[in-house]
Amino acid sequence: MTQAQNGNPVISIQKVSKFFGAFQALKDTSLNVKSGERVVICGPSGSGKSTLIRCINRLEKHNAGKIILNGVDLGDNKESMEAIRTNVGMVFQQFNLFPHLSVLDNLTLGPVRSRKIPMEDARKLAMKFLERVRIPDQAHKYPAQLSGGQQQRVAIARTLCMEPKIILFDEPTSALDPEMINEVLDVMVELAGTGMTMLCVTHEMGFARKVADTMVFMDHGEIVEISPPEKFFKEPDSQRCRDFLNQILQH
Amino acid sequence: MIRITTVILIGIVLSGCSSNWGWYVVDPTKASGWVNLKFLLSGMYYTILLSLTAILISVVVGLLVALPGLSDKPFLRRLNQVYVEIVRAVPILVLILWVYYGLPQVTGLTIGVFWAGVIALALSDSAFQAEIFRAGIQSINRGQYEAAHSISLNYVDTMRFVILPQAIRRILPALGNQLVYMLKMSSLVSVIGMSELTRKANELVVSEYRPLEIYTILVLEYLVIILLVSAGVRWLERRLNANEHN
Repeated sequence: MTQAQNGNPVISIQKVSKFFGAFQALKDTSLNVKSGERVVICGPSGSGKSTLIRCINRLEKHNAGKIILNGVDLGDNKESMEAIRTNVGMVFQQFNLFPHLSVLDNLTLGPVRSRKIPMEDARKLAMKFLERVRIPDQAHKYPAQLSGGQQQRVAIARTLCMEPKIILFDEPTSALDPEMINEVLDVMVELAGTGMTMLCVTHEMGFARKVADTMVFMDHGEIVEISPPEKFFKEPDSQRCRDFLNQILQH
Repeated sequence: MIRITTVILIGIVLSGCSSNWGWYVVDPTKASGWVNLKFLLSGMYYTILLSLTAILISVVVGLLVALPGLSDKPFLRRLNQVYVEIVRAVPILVLILWVYYGLPQVTGLTIGVFWAGVIALALSDSAFQAEIFRAGIQSINRGQYEAAHSISLNYVDTMRFVILPQAIRRILPALGNQLVYMLKMSSLVSVIGMSELTRKANELVVSEYRPLEIYTILVLEYLVIILLVSAGVRWLERRLNANEHN
C-alpha cells in the first residue's frame, strides 16, 4: 500500500466517525496523506467522500476518532484554527464566490483580513494567481459576469491566495457545463505539478489517472479501497469498487 | 404613481376654490398666510431629525438583537424571541407615554421630549428591524459561510465583509418601508409636546380655526417627505445592484 511510504503524514485521519443525527456518514475512517501526495477520492453519492474532506478543515466536526493536521490534533481551539488557516484551502462544487465583490476583492479578502497582508501585496498576490489560472483580464469583473469555468478558476485562485500547503477539492467540476470542465481540470493538473498536496473528490477518472498518487474508494461511510491508480483501475481488490468503476467507466 | 398623486393633489387644490375652503390661512402672498406657512414647515426639521436618529439607532439595535436569533444555541435564540415578542406587543403611543412620563420615575433621570421620542420610536422599531435582519441573513446561502470559513475569516469579518453586505441589499426595500413607517409614527411624539410637523399643525389649528386647510397642508408635508425617501431608497437599490445580476 502507498500508505506505508516513509515520512510523517501531513494529514492523519484516525478512526474518524461522523453522525448527522442518527445517520452515520463516516464509520471509523482512517487515511494518511503525505506532503505533496495527490489523493483522488471517489464513490457513489452519499458515501461520505465530501464529509471526509470537510472534516479536515472543520466545516464538519467529527464525533469520534482523531484528525492530526501537521502535528495538531484538530478540535475546537485556536491552535487548530491556526493550523487550518496556514495549511488548508478548499474549492467547492458551487464555487461559492462572493457575488457582491469583484474578482480582485474576492481574492484579496482572505489575505488582508486573516493573513494580515498589506492590501498592496495582496493585490500583487491576487494578480499572480489570476495569471496562473489564466484570467488576469477579468480581475475587475463581478462573479456573475463570468462563465462557470471562469468562476471556478477564480475560486481556485482565491484558495491559492491563502498560500495553503493542502487544497481540498469537493467535486470541483460537477456543477460545470461539459465544455468548461477541461479548463478547470487543466488548472488542477498544473497545480498538481507544483507539489501541492491535493485531496480531490471527483468522478473525473481521466484526471485521476493523470495526477493521482493514491486512489481512494468509499462506500457507505467507509473507505473500501486505497491503492495506486495503476492497480485501482486494473484490478481493485473489492467487488464494490469494481462494480462502481464499471458503472462510471461504461461510456 | 407620481402622476396619480399629482392628479389627486390638483383635485384637492381645485376643490379648494369652492366656498368651503379658506386657503387664506396659508396663502404665501398674504403676510399672515406666509407666517403661518413658515410656522407649519418649521416642524419639518424635528420630524426628519427625530425619524433619522431613531432609525439609525433601531437599525443598530435591531442587528444586535437579530444576531443571537441566528445562533445555534437555544438560550440565545430564546433571548432574541423574548425581546422581539415583548417590544413588538407595546403600541408605539403607549411606549412614548411610558418613556416620557414613566421612565424618569424609575431612573431618576429627566429626559427631554426629543430623546424620549427617539428612545420610544427606536425601541419599538428595533423589534421589527431585528426580524428583518434575521430574515435577510437567513436568506444567504450556506456556501457563503463555508467559503468565508475556507479563507479563515473570523465571525465578525464573515458578517462584516461577506454576509451583511449581501443581506442588506436584500432587505433594502424592507428597510425603506421602516423609514417611511418611522416618519409617519414620529407624528405620535406630538402628544408629549415635540414641536414636529403634527404638533405645529395642531397649534395653528387652535389659533386659526381652519383645520381643513391646515391638516391638508400637513398631509402634503408628509407626502412630500415620504415620496422623496421612496425615490432615494429606489435609487440606492439600483446603485447597489448594478454589478450583481443574481
